[in-house]
Amino acid sequence: MPDMTPHMDPRRSFQALILTLHRYWADYGCVVLQPYDMEVGAGTFHPATTLRALGPKAWNAAYVQPSRRPKDGRYGENPNRLQHYYQYQVILKPNPSNLQELYLGSLKAIGIDPLLHDIRFVEDDWESPTLGAWGLGWECWCDGMEVSQFTYFQQVCGIECAPVSGELTYGLERLAMYVQNVDNVYDLNFNGREGDEKVTYGDVFLQAEQEYSRYNFEMADTEILHRHFDEAERQCAAILTAGTPAKAGNDNAPGTAASLHKCVLPAYDQCIKASHAFNLLDARGVTSVTERQSYILRVRNLARQCGEAFLMTDAGGANAKTGEAAA
Amino acid sequence: MPDLLLELRSEEIPARMQRKAAGDLKKLVTDALVEAGLTYEGAREYWTPRRLTLDVRGVDASSKNVNEERKGPRTDAPEKAIQGFLRGAGLSSIEEAETRSDPKKGDFYVAVIRKPGRPAEQIIAEVMPGIIRNFPWPKSMRWGPASREPGSMRWVRPLQSILCTFGPETEEPVVVDFEVSGIRSGNTTVGHRFHAPESFMVRRFDDYVDKLEKAHVILDAERRKEMIRTDAENRAFALGLEVVPDEGLLEEVSGLVEWPVVLMGSFDEAFLAIPPEVIQLTIKVNQKCFVTRPVGSEPQARKAERPSPGQGAPAEPSAQQTGVSENNRLSNHFVLISNIEASDGGEEIARGNGKVVRARLSDALYFWKTDQADLPDLKSLEPSAEKFGLDLTKPLDQRMAKLDAQGVTFHAKLGTQGERVQRIAALAEAIAGEIAAQVTGNGVATSEDAFAAGELRSTVRRAAVLSKADLPTEAVGEFPELQGLMGRYYAKLQGEHPSVQAAIEEHYKPLGPGDQVPRDPVAICVALADKLDMLVGFWAIDEKPTGSKDPYALRRAALGVIRILVDNRLVLKFGNFDVSSDLLAFFHDRLMVQLRDSGARHDLVDAVLSGSGEQSNDDLLDITRRVEALGQFLGAEDGQNLLAGYRRAANILAAEEKKGTTIAASVDADWIAAKGEHEEKVLAGAIDRAEIEVAEALETRDYGQAMAGLSKLRAPVDSFFDKVLVNAEDETVRANRLALLARIRAACEKVADFSKISG
Repeated sequence: MPDMTPHMDPRRSFQALILTLHRYWADYGCVVLQPYDMEVGAGTFHPATTLRALGPKAWNAAYVQPSRRPKDGRYGENPNRLQHYYQYQVILKPNPSNLQELYLGSLKAIGIDPLLHDIRFVEDDWESPTLGAWGLGWECWCDGMEVSQFTYFQQVCGIECAPVSGELTYGLERLAMYVQNVDNVYDLNFNGREGDEKVTYGDVFLQAEQEYSRYNFEMADTEILHRHFDEAERQCAAILTAGTPAKAGNDNAPGTAASLHKCVLPAYDQCIKASHAFNLLDARGVTSVTERQSYILRVRNLARQCGEAFLMTDAGGANAKTGEAAA
Repeated sequence: MPDLLLELRSEEIPARMQRKAAGDLKKLVTDALVEAGLTYEGAREYWTPRRLTLDVRGVDASSKNVNEERKGPRTDAPEKAIQGFLRGAGLSSIEEAETRSDPKKGDFYVAVIRKPGRPAEQIIAEVMPGIIRNFPWPKSMRWGPASREPGSMRWVRPLQSILCTFGPETEEPVVVDFEVSGIRSGNTTVGHRFHAPESFMVRRFDDYVDKLEKAHVILDAERRKEMIRTDAENRAFALGLEVVPDEGLLEEVSGLVEWPVVLMGSFDEAFLAIPPEVIQLTIKVNQKCFVTRPVGSEPQARKAERPSPGQGAPAEPSAQQTGVSENNRLSNHFVLISNIEASDGGEEIARGNGKVVRARLSDALYFWKTDQADLPDLKSLEPSAEKFGLDLTKPLDQRMAKLDAQGVTFHAKLGTQGERVQRIAALAEAIAGEIAAQVTGNGVATSEDAFAAGELRSTVRRAAVLSKADLPTEAVGEFPELQGLMGRYYAKLQGEHPSVQAAIEEHYKPLGPGDQVPRDPVAICVALADKLDMLVGFWAIDEKPTGSKDPYALRRAALGVIRILVDNRLVLKFGNFDVSSDLLAFFHDRLMVQLRDSGARHDLVDAVLSGSGEQSNDDLLDITRRVEALGQFLGAEDGQNLLAGYRRAANILAAEEKKGTTIAASVDADWIAAKGEHEEKVLAGAIDRAEIEVAEALETRDYGQAMAGLSKLRAPVDSFFDKVLVNAEDETVRANRLALLARIRAACEKVADFSKISG
């Protein structure tokens, strides 16, 4: 890698790893987005993936998404598990025919040589019951470690994907631990400097892991969470109803402004909120098996309604004329 | 004759699907060839993670000309009929038709329609797209821009290219030209994903295999497996180790690589404190690696012979079989299979894999230790502890209390796991009461430390109460297939009775026809209770198996009950355990299958089941014994002849009964003694003795003896039929002789319904 200052080497710093991926996917033509400003369990929840995977329009995006899994918190004591971590998310719609090669190219860019390291595509079909989404694909292994998830979306929000998107999800901490060759996530070099200037992952996040573990497992007020869930659910439905296009008539033929849904993204935010409230309740261990199932179904129901509404928007292709969609 | 080479190259196909998919491809293609009138000499399929390949040899170059005849009207038929015939047969004038003569119908027309053979390439090109499009993958997907349109092609993962060549050995083969969803067939493929990604041209199978191998692809999965097996054994042996064999894993890893390279990795010896089964599963399931053990430390296989009737089977807990034995230990080296010839000889790969294995084993060790530590908030578990008589100072007791306190549902209509354990415990105790004498007294499963009266019951209760206690453990949460075994480990750690340890593991057994049956008296009671509770419960809520649907594995449970009873020679009267007549019939069905599978004749099972009253049919061991005795009896000459005699008697009686002939209610012994013929007298005496002997033998359930008693009838019956005329003129004489036949029939039917016996 020519002309690279040491701290920008993806094998030396966490942030350089991210920047290298940004550069790689920007070169491919992706819009490089910033994280969604809400608490989500996985990068897939970002509307740039969930909603944009629907409808006929082409869409290529890459972004980092902080992901919160309250149940995975370990009070900062486990070298591998975090309740807050980063996913690098790429969505290419429709998937290009050389998506596997593009992915392998990105690994090369961050310093993983496929003739030195054993890269493998191992069957792993992805499913998100809360999003009503599934796809076929693989876990991508590097020397036996799962470093990415590779999925061809078949259904999202309970709606068939047409066309299919290819989704890549990189586990950034794991990848960084691998290329930096450290055994403890908190030892990762974050900024690529040495000596006094060096900032580690632990410097940035250890305290947060401890505090959030306490909150998630011990303090989160379950009564409030239950209420938040119910409120978000109600809000979501209300927003969708308010934004629904007027009844079909002459003046709102397909393709006209009157036929479009007017408020999907804010409704989807409420769906995300409900989902996170459920994750927190789950971490508190206060949901029985059947209750758990019912919460999942309720979130899925919201996601489905949002997805259906999204198809009635411009971005969802409601305005697209035939032929334009393929552009 | 020409050969056909077909390769479908795909993005990585799941390992578990490859073998079947290649087989399906062979069947679909060869069936289609035959259907189209092409024969072939042989076909073989191959697969790698990235390709399905079919090699068909000696295919006809073209299909044969076929003449099809269509019968027309008589030559003197009206013009209209003849015109219709010509139109239908596609002839332009009647001169093209042939004339045939028939002695009855006279002269008539026949159209001979000639269907010329077609070149094989053309046929192949026609059938192939349909085969590929409709390929029977268990799970398939759409992809790419084409997936905008409804009905776009589905495949297991995106299909990348199709290679299809056809031609004789001596000539340059041609590309069979066709297209499937934008993919055009050709004569090129690519090699290993990293070592040889360039595309190259292929003529036929031989150069295809050679070129692939040069391009770092071993096409034949069996060869990949052999390479892995041999290399792994050699590498392990060099360290004084042997690979713990695992055929399923070998099959899977051979489907994950095109160029297998075996490497050794290792982990910290401290992890060997974890049970070997946990280490093996962790490394196998998550990392697809093989574990190794020091040479000669293979766990001893448990002796599994069936005990002969009445003899004791060892009641020792089967520790040898599991890692609870000290003998079963692993080494800290594992075997990994990589897909590349790494530029550093594989050092980085081994290091990386070792790191992941260590992280996984840290998790496993954490589970193992956590499960041995106290649970938080023991106070909240007290009500459950009280209910089950648990000792909350012990970790496994705490877990059982947790299982109950959590109220985890077993089945919506059958309550919680806690309630189920209560039922199992009560049932197991009751079963212990029923069979105590058999397992401890008369020595079905005696051991040196045989259970004193009452002690069996309390030990059974303890085992039953702890039987599901490992379900909420971390280890079982991670590896559900270790249920039972983990409980046994934890039970051992807290010093439970050896039979309690055994019962916790073995009460799930037998899990299949090849699995072992529990031998320990405590394990037997809990295993029976576990299965009977399932069966009685699901019968009560009417969730019986139907057709191929048996989601709760109730057939297996019933078969398990049967095998436990029969193999241990135990009598358990189902009547005492809420077994409905419908469930009993289900047991009979299963028993029938079981006996048939172990070689017994179907008709003998039928004969035994319909030959005795309801009350003895709920004793499965008894039924089995009768079937066995009957089988032995009929296998000997006496049995066969007596069966013939029985049939003769039964047929005569049936015919006479139909006619309404008078049959004396009982045999007039005085008349026989005074006026009967010699053979008649001998038979009457023999029947008297046989009836007594059979009755006595049945009283003690000695079916061999009962059969022996019956077999003494054979000679007198034969002579009787030889010398004595049943249909005597004298009505009284006849009635009396018929009564004699009725007694023969009745005596036989005491043992089994001989009319159900065939052959």
